Amino acid sequence: MRIAIVAGGRTPERDVSLRGGRRMTLSLTELGHEAWLVDPAEVQLVEALGERRPDLCWLALHGKEGEDGTVQRLLDLLEIPYTGTAAFDCEVAFDKVLAKDALQRAGVPTPPWVVIEGWALRDLGGGAALGKATERVGLPCVVKPSRSGSALGMSFVEREGDLPQAVMAALAFSGAALIEAKVEGQEVAAALAGADLEPLPIVEIVPKEGVYDYAARYTAGATEYFCPARLSEGAAAAVAASAATAAAALHLRDLTRVDLIVDAKERPWVLEVNVSPGMTETSLVPIAAQAQGMSLSDLCDDILRSALRRV
Amino acid sequence: MAEFSIDRFVDRYAERTSGMSASEVRALFAVAARPEVVSLAGGMPYVEALPAQDVLEVATQVLRDLGPTALQYGGGQGQLALRDRAVMLMAEEGVDADPDDVVITTGAQQALDLLGKIFIDPGDIVAVEAPAYVGALTAFATYQPRFLTIELDDEGMIVEQLERAIVRGERPTFVYTVPNFGNPAGVTMSRRRREQLVALCRETGIPIVEDNPYGLLRFEGEPLPCLRSLDPRNVIYLGTVSKTFSPGVRVGWALADHSVIQRLVLAKEAADLCGSNLTMLLTERWFSDDARWRSALSGLVETYRARRDAMLQALEEHLPDTATWTHPFGGFYVWVTLPPWTDTTAMLAAAVERRVAYVPGTAFYPDGRGADRMRLAYCYPTEDRIREGVARLATLLEDDERLYRSFHRS
Repeated sequence: MRIAIVAGGRTPERDVSLRGGRRMTLSLTELGHEAWLVDPAEVQLVEALGERRPDLCWLALHGKEGEDGTVQRLLDLLEIPYTGTAAFDCEVAFDKVLAKDALQRAGVPTPPWVVIEGWALRDLGGGAALGKATERVGLPCVVKPSRSGSALGMSFVEREGDLPQAVMAALAFSGAALIEAKVEGQEVAAALAGADLEPLPIVEIVPKEGVYDYAARYTAGATEYFCPARLSEGAAAAVAASAATAAAALHLRDLTRVDLIVDAKERPWVLEVNVSPGMTETSLVPIAAQAQGMSLSDLCDDILRSALRRV
Repeated sequence: MAEFSIDRFVDRYAERTSGMSASEVRALFAVAARPEVVSLAGGMPYVEALPAQDVLEVATQVLRDLGPTALQYGGGQGQLALRDRAVMLMAEEGVDADPDDVVITTGAQQALDLLGKIFIDPGDIVAVEAPAYVGALTAFATYQPRFLTIELDDEGMIVEQLERAIVRGERPTFVYTVPNFGNPAGVTMSRRRREQLVALCRETGIPIVEDNPYGLLRFEGEPLPCLRSLDPRNVIYLGTVSKTFSPGVRVGWALADHSVIQRLVLAKEAADLCGSNLTMLLTERWFSDDARWRSALSGLVETYRARRDAMLQALEEHLPDTATWTHPFGGFYVWVTLPPWTDTTAMLAAAVERRVAYVPGTAFYPDGRGADRMRLAYCYPTEDRIREGVARLATLLEDDERLYRSFHRS
């Protein structure tokens, strides 16, 4: 079939997306498809798709326009089928504020959080309420932009006095900042792929500098990975169950990665879900597939079959 | 259970690569390259101003008349004819030189690396200005020195600070400085400080590395003597055609005592055998026609002067009172100091969102300082774009201040 891999775009994760997109293009070509890469920052997407008329778009974009439903809505309008989650569900899943709410409603444990909007700070004197935030979530806490990927704009806060700086840093990426309790424990990622969102082996993440930030994610060797994760059978089952519930609650499709922390009591906490998980050589999903003995092409084939059920 | 190492050589890399990692700022610069973003970040010379027809003619000449030489290996020291041109360009700034004491390098940037290679042992001290050219910091850092940072003011490096450090017992392997319109601060070292620095280093036997990429791009005031002309024996001088002609030809050079040159040539041969004869000859030909290169250069200077004026005027007009900035007499950069709560690294994402980019100050300090500073380059965007970029930056700073105030009402 004729598949356009949409990768690149105009977000800070552009390079990450292109690296993954090129790998997908090769894998799909290996599977015998006519696959080509389209970078919406280089060409007009609609025009480019109109010219070569793919049977399917493979979405490998990361960050705002790629994961928040924007591209998905456009493809819906063009009536071009695509891989991954539907537009509205992308919008919810990509927005950490909406997603955490949805997870909580579905009974998925997620660390306590509060949200503060940039607008409320600038125009409503919201800064005075910041003390409430630490009362609610405690210290240390994690501050993240509501809508951003790859840990961009994220910081850990140990002391109350450092909170404003962290909120300002998060707000550089997004209109709202999420202040979340920091759960201590093992950091793991549970990938789900294919038509029935079959679980891949759980990956455990051990950043050498202690923090899984942007540098730890994309510098080869800066993080150690264990796959399967060093978890008891019970904890691994609990992680798999939470990941599956989270994916179902958010109506995720084809491929997703759920990031969790397993605390000392072996309880999993869902931190976030990814609509378009990274597929670079240092990314977690390819590691998980490899541990299961799946090649990247096998994984692509699963994702493709899942997407084609909707065509 | 399997442990997955993404990089199976991870335990084998040399210690000196430990600082080389992916960064958020780099990721953001990838976005800043899109056309709707006014980039005040990169220091790209405005090569579009060069007379394209003349360049084409020179390139054709080289291939037509000197083809076999241009396409062949050359000596490690670089074409003699080009070293003569380098001597001529240095004479423009009052530096007396012999072509035998010059080695052509792949941009002056390679000279920085080679100097690191021949001078720095791990743990050695290198004295640098604070802020300093980031490319020099990264080139030297590979050789694992400890940086001794010397503050700048409007007169350039505060030499008394260096003197105090030496009295304290610090013994730098060399002192690195960009005395003319420095990168990033845009500051020029005063004559008094030049004399002071040269005298101090002569007395203490510490060599000076004088990096002078921007010297011929002066917009106002009288040229000051190069450190090299004040003390030819103790100063290693670096020059380049990146700003006077083209950075694409990758032609720079070092001028030093013969013994230093000998080591630099050997180090260069070990690194890349020789520079590109093709671009060396092209550069040599370009500077062979006096009227041509002078007119192209004065065109560039006029362009940069107008852009600097546009930037200074826009800063004056738009930036909040809490900001201060330098007034460069030449070169490419203005250095902005913001209120102490500002974090220009954190703010960069918001800036790119508002379609303007700059370089966060922390890049220019080896010790993590500089969060409240930013470097703005006026060399590449047009005057209108500069004004637009500064206006966008100003709204961002205002919002940042409102955010900060909301946390600190009392």
